[in-house]
Amino acid sequence: MKREIGFTLNGEAVRLEVEDQWTLLYLLREVLEMTGTKEGCGYGECGACTVIIDGKAINSCLYPAMEAEGRAITTIEGLVSKDGELHPLQTAFINEGAVQCGFCTPGMIMSAKALLDANDKPTEEEIKDAVAGNLCRCTGYVKIIDAIKSAAGGR
Amino acid sequence: MNRYDYHQPGTIEEAVGLMAILDDAKYIAGGTDVMVLIRQKKLKPKNLISLRNIKDLVYIDTAKGLRFGAATTHSAIDNHDIIRRNYSALTDATSHLGSLQIRNVATIGGNICNAAPSADTACPLLVLDAVVSVVGPKGARDIAVDDFFQGPGKTALAHGELVKGLSIPSFGENTGSAYIKHTRRQAMDLPILGVATRITLSMKNGAEVRCRDMFCTIDSISNILAKLKEEELKIDEARIAMGVVAPRPMRAKKAEAVLTGKVVSPELFEEAGNVAASEAQPRDSIRGEAWYRSEMIKVLVKRALIKSMDRIIRPDEAIYPERLW
Ligand SMILES: Cc1cc2nc3c(=O)[nH]c(=O)nc-3n(C[C@H](O)[C@H](O)[C@H](O)COP(=O)(O)OP(=O)(O)OC[C@H]3O[C@@H](n4cnc5c(N)ncnc54)[C@H](O)[C@@H]3O)c2cc1C
Repeated sequence: MKREIGFTLNGEAVRLEVEDQWTLLYLLREVLEMTGTKEGCGYGECGACTVIIDGKAINSCLYPAMEAEGRAITTIEGLVSKDGELHPLQTAFINEGAVQCGFCTPGMIMSAKALLDANDKPTEEEIKDAVAGNLCRCTGYVKIIDAIKSAAGGR
Repeated sequence: MNRYDYHQPGTIEEAVGLMAILDDAKYIAGGTDVMVLIRQKKLKPKNLISLRNIKDLVYIDTAKGLRFGAATTHSAIDNHDIIRRNYSALTDATSHLGSLQIRNVATIGGNICNAAPSADTACPLLVLDAVVSVVGPKGARDIAVDDFFQGPGKTALAHGELVKGLSIPSFGENTGSAYIKHTRRQAMDLPILGVATRITLSMKNGAEVRCRDMFCTIDSISNILAKLKEEELKIDEARIAMGVVAPRPMRAKKAEAVLTGKVVSPELFEEAGNVAASEAQPRDSIRGEAWYRSEMIKVLVKRALIKSMDRIIRPDEAIYPERLW
């Protein structure tokens, strides 16, 4: 069955037909072709698919697309400003060398963004807790945490 | 992709009604168990009935004891200061359950209905004497959480029944509780063993247990307990619950009896741990061997009891970062 739903995606109103069994990740990547959000494990373990819904970081691989109805979704594509300027977190990840292969980066940045939006002076513990559900197999955690700290400080 | 129809009722009645008429249907709340099972092809429902848009399932009410809706997320519980202070065992569990992304959508109702022997909120709910309110095609009823869990994935819910909410009594100032999740990693791991305890002290002899002087706030809890011996603090009610040691989360009722009516002491806590270990029936699994679990029950029961005491003595500390117990 297909049904039309409406939601806000990166600040813009979207209306489209969604199938019952789609996940939000499928909708983003395969239907809207916004491939910044990654699929890693597909089981909620790795955090590569993290997006922000109504201010909260969630795993889009486990999120039924139908539940997007009426909600506000932010993906990594929504971070760059209209005139092409990178978000402070993106700049910090580049400056601190927090990107290696890059696969976990969109998810990491979305988790970090949800944290900083709610708490602009997080402690190191709070940062670690916020990204505990984001795996980096290049194991660049120290630099990732440094980057989030520097983005928080530079605001 | 497995095909199913996704239903989004707006009320509890509608959800129960849909369950009665739809073929091969399953409730879905946060979906962190259901969606995983579907993706693993272990579950192939024809219909999913979403509880996410039912407002009557999402609330936290601390006016009299604690009541909350089944679809309340772990994050919402975790961020609630009154729950953290008065029902600490519960936030000990929600703060280390999965990741933040999971806690932001996963619900406490889903956690107990999924009924994994390792479900993190199960032991805290057992020591907090939680009552589960359910509603189904035949009407509403209440189930004590101790009767709710029946085995791995098995609950007391009849077909079509839905958990509406949970309620926990008010225990008063002289109560402390704790949950310790024993894991190999600090985050994103299921417990090798989970232990929750609650102590409610008798206030009859009017002993002063609150931390008064600065010395007390920085002293180690074992020193404080040794000093408190003269105060003869009596335990009015004790609860101990253990997870991953039996097919279902269970209370250690013999160990509870060891504590009831006795004067608090480190030796008494040790004895309770030993008795609790004798009540468990752990198995070997990939996460840990049976002998190891049995040994760790002794350690963790004692530690959780001390942590519960600490929360009575130093309630304000409970909202600050963990100290080493
Ligand atoms: C990466 C990951 C990590 C995890 N880590 C942990 C962990 O550390 N500790 C832990 O305990 N669990 C963990 N889990 C399991 C899961 O997140 C929890 O069990 C969660 O609380 C389930 O809630 P939910 O709302 O997502 O349930 P759902 O998946 O929506 O539902 C679970 C079950 O409960 C039923 N159900 C849900 N709500 C109701 C209701 N109100 N009435 C009747 N039936 C209902 C559903 O039909 C289904 O059978 C983890 C899961 C993932 C994917």
